[in-house]
Amino acid sequence: MNSSFLQFSSITKKIWMAFLGLFLMIFLVVHLGINLCLLRDDGGAWFTAAAHFMGTNYIVKVFEIVLFAGFILHILLGIILQVQNWMARPVRYMVSNKTYTPFLSKYMIYTGGIVLIFLITHFMNFYFIKLGWISNPNITPEGEPDFYIIAQQLFAMPLYSILYIVLFIVLGFHLNQAFQAAWQTLGVNHPQYNTCIQRFGTFYAIVVPLGFIIIPIYFLLIR
Amino acid sequence: MAELNSKIPKGPLTSKWTHYKDHQNLVNPSNKRKLDIIIVGTGLAGAAAASSLGEMGFNVKIFCYQDSPRRAHSIAAQGGINAAKNYPNDGDSIYRLFYDTIKGGDYRAREANVYRLAEVSNNIIDQCVAQGVPFAREYGGSLENRSFGGAQVSRTFFARGQTGQQLLLGAYSALSRQIKLGTVKLYERHEMMDVVIVDGKARGIIARDLITGKLERHFGHAVIVATGGYGNVFYLSTNAMGSNTSAIWQIFKKGAWFANPCFTQIHPTCIPVHGDYQSKLTLMSESLRNDGRIWVPKRKEDAAAHRSGKLKANDIAEENRDYFLERRYPAFGNLVPRDVASRAAKERCDAGFGVGSTGLAVFLDFRESIGRLGKNVIEERYGNLFQMYEKIVDENPYENPMMIYPAVHYTMGGTWVDYELQTSVTGLFAAGEANFSDHGANRLGASALMQGLADGYFVLPYTIQNYLAGEIRVARMSTDKAEFAEAEKAVKARLEKLMTVKGSKSVDHFHKELGKIMWEYVGMARNETGLKKAIELIKKLRAEFWKDVKIPGTMQELNVELEKANRVADFLELGELLAYDALNRNESCGGHFREEYQTEEGECKRNDEDYKYVAAWEYVSEGQFKLHKEELAYEEIEVKQRVYK
Amino acid sequence: MDLTLKIWRQKDSKSSGKFVIYPLKNISPNCSFLEMLDILNEELIGRNEDPVVFDHDCREGICGMCSLYINGRPHGPDDAVTACQLHMRKFKDGDTIVIEPWRARPFPVIKDLMVDRSAFDKIIQEGGYISVNTGGAAEANNILVGKENSELSMDAAACIGCGACVAACKNASAMLFVSAKISQFALLPQGQIEAKQRVKKMVKKMDELGFGNCTNTYACEAECPKLISRSNIARMNREFMCAKVI
Repeated sequence: MNSSFLQFSSITKKIWMAFLGLFLMIFLVVHLGINLCLLRDDGGAWFTAAAHFMGTNYIVKVFEIVLFAGFILHILLGIILQVQNWMARPVRYMVSNKTYTPFLSKYMIYTGGIVLIFLITHFMNFYFIKLGWISNPNITPEGEPDFYIIAQQLFAMPLYSILYIVLFIVLGFHLNQAFQAAWQTLGVNHPQYNTCIQRFGTFYAIVVPLGFIIIPIYFLLIR
Repeated sequence: MAELNSKIPKGPLTSKWTHYKDHQNLVNPSNKRKLDIIIVGTGLAGAAAASSLGEMGFNVKIFCYQDSPRRAHSIAAQGGINAAKNYPNDGDSIYRLFYDTIKGGDYRAREANVYRLAEVSNNIIDQCVAQGVPFAREYGGSLENRSFGGAQVSRTFFARGQTGQQLLLGAYSALSRQIKLGTVKLYERHEMMDVVIVDGKARGIIARDLITGKLERHFGHAVIVATGGYGNVFYLSTNAMGSNTSAIWQIFKKGAWFANPCFTQIHPTCIPVHGDYQSKLTLMSESLRNDGRIWVPKRKEDAAAHRSGKLKANDIAEENRDYFLERRYPAFGNLVPRDVASRAAKERCDAGFGVGSTGLAVFLDFRESIGRLGKNVIEERYGNLFQMYEKIVDENPYENPMMIYPAVHYTMGGTWVDYELQTSVTGLFAAGEANFSDHGANRLGASALMQGLADGYFVLPYTIQNYLAGEIRVARMSTDKAEFAEAEKAVKARLEKLMTVKGSKSVDHFHKELGKIMWEYVGMARNETGLKKAIELIKKLRAEFWKDVKIPGTMQELNVELEKANRVADFLELGELLAYDALNRNESCGGHFREEYQTEEGECKRNDEDYKYVAAWEYVSEGQFKLHKEELAYEEIEVKQRVYK
Repeated sequence: MDLTLKIWRQKDSKSSGKFVIYPLKNISPNCSFLEMLDILNEELIGRNEDPVVFDHDCREGICGMCSLYINGRPHGPDDAVTACQLHMRKFKDGDTIVIEPWRARPFPVIKDLMVDRSAFDKIIQEGGYISVNTGGAAEANNILVGKENSELSMDAAACIGCGACVAACKNASAMLFVSAKISQFALLPQGQIEAKQRVKKMVKKMDELGFGNCTNTYACEAECPKLISRSNIARMNREFMCAKVI
């Protein structure tokens, strides 16, 4: 393999982009599963147990590295592709393009960018605390960071919750386009399956973000 | 000046080409790379010849005025390509294809050339399939055929309505491969301005780089001109806007005789003219006549009411419709050959029965076939054509009958060539529509693609070797030679002359005027008075052109008006020759119809006694041409009257 | 109808260009878009001005020469047509029409609205062919091609190489053009022998020439005058993966 991304062909980059995207989508489901534990009115017992498992299990730790690399590669490739794309048209059109394209499909880099900004704050709030890079006073009896309390505190802030909700709507749009695009990039395009892929993508893009959105709503309105 | 020698090989017709190939001179591989060949034009003939000669090891330079070889106007051919494969087992053979082509050409083509064409037709299909041309297929995977005008068998291979495009892209891809391998050098956006002759042999060309305006000198041991036909002399035609006669006109002036210029083909089913600003006529495939019925109103007042927009076609009752082709030609009906259908439509319009806003249109009606077969069958067969019609005319042809009118489509005439496709200038060859050789006075559908590829893939690569075998001792010449300098000087002088006129009228104005004269007097039906008048009018228009044409900009830049002016200047001379030839040919045959020579029913009256010859014109001076006759001997075929009644 | 045209004027590839406004009166709605430009040019010549240069040739939608970006869309507001087959009836009286050249790094402007698309030829030269010499071909019916594949191959082969896909794509990507050629051959048995080399070489050249990457907005497909499908891009990706991995 070549040492530099730049030397990969456009299609290779895209195929990696698609693979990683699909991989991240699987991760998102796992993450949602853990988050949904917050909804259980058990004082955070399940959630803490899940967080404990994720924080200590060795297999998970290996996967954590893979996941992290996946995130970085996906983001990096996205940026490289975008920069090349901008370079491909040094003189812009005066009249912006009016061609029909699927909703927000032209703005993947921007929806992706918004997700990235959230990701950074999210890391500061949770992941870096877990790694011990950032200290947090909320600690469980076992001496681990108490993410249940942290989450509760964050969702108690209406501004955070609203931003959280908006972010997941944006992510939904990103995913709606991304899912079918990933399969198209991987060469899966067949009249028999296209509608199926498209529908599953939309289903996923609605249900998974919705799952995440329920949590702040629950914390804000019900609790 | 060279003698008129068609160099037809001896022996029986069926073995002439084999005999030729067995005995011709060849060039050995190490000598091939020392020989340069210039090809002008990247259509079927040019691209096919360039790729084949490149593969053989010659050094080829190829020129086109477009931005890419893939744009050549061969791309616009719709219907198909003929070959004597006899896949449908309906009795086809090389002989039958040969016979149909000669008969379709109204017995004005050379037997030996046409037989060779029919012989190599099968190789063309093999070659194109190997190249990956996606011809239509049967469910079992074998090639599909359809029938076309002028034949009783199904021998036409096709790729939807885009056969020309697919064949050209096949040749273009073969050409691209050679460009990559370095055997062919491509000069796109270059126009040939003149041929350079050294010691009586064609040795190169002067080309103009259309972007910089620079004149360039290019040497070649031989020069092939494959620049297509001259239909644009009529201004409005189905040709591309850039299609021109300049290359074959320049070589004509340098001694390459021009044969049968009056043989022009008018296609009956084109979308009619709708305004002065119109630049182009669009062809609707001939296949429409399989299911469409052609008619005009029976009563003049109905026609007049339709012209003024007061009456709709569908409101004209059945008994008031005149299906004139069915009436005149009951046996062939709407499927008479192109020339016959075109003239019949013109006759009705001239008599005051034409419809549409200009009165120059007849109806092509699908109501009956839609009723009989259902709309979906018609849609399946002609969907893309109906859609194209609707885009252009903005009327739904499923509900209202189409309006059509004949338009100039193809020119059978062209540079005179012998059996080897060599012109009357040694070392100068002409291929494809640019030459005159295979279609006689009328071309059958699906034969143009066949001829272009036959010339390029299978004829020239042999015959040019026979010539080049004698040139192996000729070293590459420096383009500093006096002959090149002189030719360039002459081209420069001509362009300067055009630029210095600085008149008041645009190039298009003159082109349109010329088109009007040509269409009026030298179009579908010609007569002596009209032709004489046309000659006078063209002379006058030409004089006016050189006094009053207006070209903005300069010579040393991209100057589209200058390009056009240069082409129109040649059309203004060619138009006159065309009229001369039509005037000389006192008979009606194929695409050439002289009103004085018709039967009582208004059909062509051929005169085999006096005119069974190829009229090869030699350029003497401006407006002065000398006629050479090449008698046509028919050894295999009995010359008969064409009857379609 | 009366129109206001706003046209990109650029003297040559080295000069910088600008938009110039031209009012145009009494245009027939039955006029084609290029004929409308012809009328403008006649007026300009009458006024001793340089006519607007634009590429065009066959004017029947098949040669692929015409290349105008009209009001934000390659080939203008109508679907499935080239600019030469676009008619003025698609516009309204009093409209302002902005005409720009194709914009992409590999398509430099030559003059006014004319661009250099030889990059497409260069991609084809890398492998857009089946390497067969004239004369050596076997009997045509020895190669059988199923009707379905033959039709799909023809769908892809219908590409006219106009470059509208590149012009429409926000990334100036040439994936639709390249994939159409790859697909044409990938679907035919004749094309299999060189398939792997072909896709690798053509994609490499496409990247070298500076076309952008595909981001699946499908603007190419939406603007293609010959309705070439994006499924060809998927097929090319497949071919590419196979060529790289296997």
